[in-house]
Amino acid sequence: MKEYTFTEKKDTRSGFGQALLELGRSNPLVVALCADLTGSLKMDAFEKEFPERFIQTGIAEANMMGIAAGLAIGGKIPFTGTFANFSTGRVYDQIRQSIAYSNKNVKIAASHAGLTLGEDGATHQILEDIGMMKMLPNMTVINPCDYNQTRQATLAVAQMEGPVYLRFGRPKVPNFTGANEPFEIGKALRLNEGKDVTIFATGHLVWEAILAGKILAEKGIDAEIINLHTIKPLDTSAIINSVKKTGCVVTAEEHQINGGLGDSINQVLALNMPAPVEMVGVNDEFGESGTPEQLMKKYGLSAENIVEKAIKVISRKS
Amino acid sequence: MHNLMNLEKTATQVRRDVLRMVHAVQSGHPGGALGCTEFMVALYFEIMKQDPGNFTMEGSNEDVFFLSNGHLSALWYSVLARKGYFPVEELATFRKINTRLQGHPATAEGLPGIRVASGSLGQGLSVAIGTAMAKKLNGDNSLVYTLHGDGEMNEGQIWEAAMFAAGHKVDNLIATIDCNGQQIDGPTDKVMPLGDLKAKWEAFGWDVLEMNGNDMKSVIDGLNNAKLRCFKSKPVVIIMKTEMGFGVDFMQGTHHWHGVAPNDEQLDKALSQLPLTLFDY
Repeated sequence: MKEYTFTEKKDTRSGFGQALLELGRSNPLVVALCADLTGSLKMDAFEKEFPERFIQTGIAEANMMGIAAGLAIGGKIPFTGTFANFSTGRVYDQIRQSIAYSNKNVKIAASHAGLTLGEDGATHQILEDIGMMKMLPNMTVINPCDYNQTRQATLAVAQMEGPVYLRFGRPKVPNFTGANEPFEIGKALRLNEGKDVTIFATGHLVWEAILAGKILAEKGIDAEIINLHTIKPLDTSAIINSVKKTGCVVTAEEHQINGGLGDSINQVLALNMPAPVEMVGVNDEFGESGTPEQLMKKYGLSAENIVEKAIKVISRKS
Repeated sequence: MHNLMNLEKTATQVRRDVLRMVHAVQSGHPGGALGCTEFMVALYFEIMKQDPGNFTMEGSNEDVFFLSNGHLSALWYSVLARKGYFPVEELATFRKINTRLQGHPATAEGLPGIRVASGSLGQGLSVAIGTAMAKKLNGDNSLVYTLHGDGEMNEGQIWEAAMFAAGHKVDNLIATIDCNGQQIDGPTDKVMPLGDLKAKWEAFGWDVLEMNGNDMKSVIDGLNNAKLRCFKSKPVVIIMKTEMGFGVDFMQGTHHWHGVAPNDEQLDKALSQLPLTLFDY
C-alpha cells in the first residue's frame, strides 16, 4: 500500500476560498455571489479585495441563482456560494431552467455538504445533492477530497465553459494531495494499485478509503483505490479497466446510496461488465446532530466500514 | 404619426401570426399574447437598441429583453421574426418536433433573440438583474427589459428579486407587469389577491409607472418615460393594464383563452377581425 501522509488538517471550503481569491486576481471576469454565508464559504477575502465583483444577495438563494445566470449571459464567470442544501434542493428549478437547460457558465460552490456539517443536524446535512445535480443535463459534478484538491478544482472549473456543481465541506480533514497536483475534470485518480478489490471513493471518503487500504494490506488484501473527484462526467474507462483487474468493487461517499456516485458506478458496471459491488453511504435515512466523527461512525461511513464491505465483496467473487 | 400607424399594422400582423401559430398545433397560449402585442411590438420596433442580424448572447451595447412569462412565446417569436432575428417562415414550425421555436422559449436550439429559458415562472427578473449588473461592470450603459404576468407575482422569487434590485440600485432595468387580471384558475383577485400592486412595488423601492398596454401611443409614451427614469438609483417597473385576448372580440377579457387554441371556425372569425397588413408566413 502506497504511503500517504499529511502535515495538517484543513477544511475543503478554505481551499475554495483561497482559489476564489486567486481567480479574482488572475481573471477579471470572475464574480462571486453569496447568500449571507460569506464567512462560512470563506469568500470574505475575495469580498474584501474585490468588493465591486462581490454580490451579496441576502438569504434569497433562488434569486441568487437567477442573477448568476444573468451575469453569465453578460460574459461573467459567476461563482455562487451557500451551503450545499441551499445550493441544490432549495433552488432546483432555478438551476434546472435558468442554468442547466440554458447552459449558463455558472459555478455553484456548495459547502457544508453531508453529515460532516455536524451539530446543525439533518435540516442542513444534505445527502441528496449529488443525485439531484448529476441528473441535470449539461451539469458537471465535482466533489474534491481535501483542501489542496478543492483549491485545484476551483481553479479548474473557472477554465471550463458550462455549469458546474462543486461540492465541499465544513470540517478540517487531512490535507494529503499535493499543493500543485494538477486537477483534470473528469479524470479518475488512482491512489493505490491493487488486484483484489477496487475502492471507488469521492470527497471526504477518499481519506477513509486510504485508511481502509492500509488495514486491508495488513490483512493481506491488495486494494486498488481510486479517487473519483468528478462524478459527472464519470471516468468510465478508468472504472472498467480497474474492475477488469480486481473483479469487485466498494463505493464510498458521504451521500445517500440512492442517487450517489455508487449508483453511477453500478450503472457503468451493469452496462459493461457486471461485478459484485458493496456500497458505503447513507442508507435511505436522514442524519442528526453530533460531531462529524460520531456521525460518520454511526451512519457507517468510516474506514472500518469500507474494510468490512471490501472483505464481503471479495467473498462474493465467483 | 406615420410610424404609429406602421406599428399598429405590425401589431395586427403579429396577432394574425399568434393565432395561426397556436391554431396550427392546437396548443399554446393566445390570450396573454394578444394582450401584450402592442407592448412587444413597441419594444422591438421602436424602443430597443438592437442588432437583429447579428445576435450575440452577451448583447454588448445593446438593450436586452427577457420574457419571464415564457408562455407568451408565440408573441415573442412572431415579433423576433418580423424584426429580422430569424426567417418569418420559421414561425410555421412553432411547437413542432425538431423546431427551434419550442413551446416555451429555450436556448438549446440556438434561436436568435433568446438568452435564457423561461416558462417556469418567477425567474426572469433575477436573470435580468444579473445581466443588468454585468452591463454595469462592463461599462455598458444600455438597458435591460423584462415582461412578467400579474399571476407571476404570486411567485416568491419575484419579491426576492424586487428587494434585491432596489437594494443594489439596479437602475438600468425596466420591468413590465402585464396586468390583465386573469390567471389559469380564474381572476387574480380570486386565485391569489395581489392587493395594491403599485403600492407594493413602491414599498419595495422601485420607481413605478402605469400605462395602458392596449393603446400603442400610450405604450410608446410609457416606455419612453421609463427610459428617462433609468440611471436615477431606482429600478423602474411599469404596471401595464391590458385585456387578455385583445383584438379579437370573443377572446377579449376572459381567462378562457389562456392556454386554449382556436378551432378552424374560431380562427376564421378571429382573422376576419385582424386584416392582413404585411404578409402571412
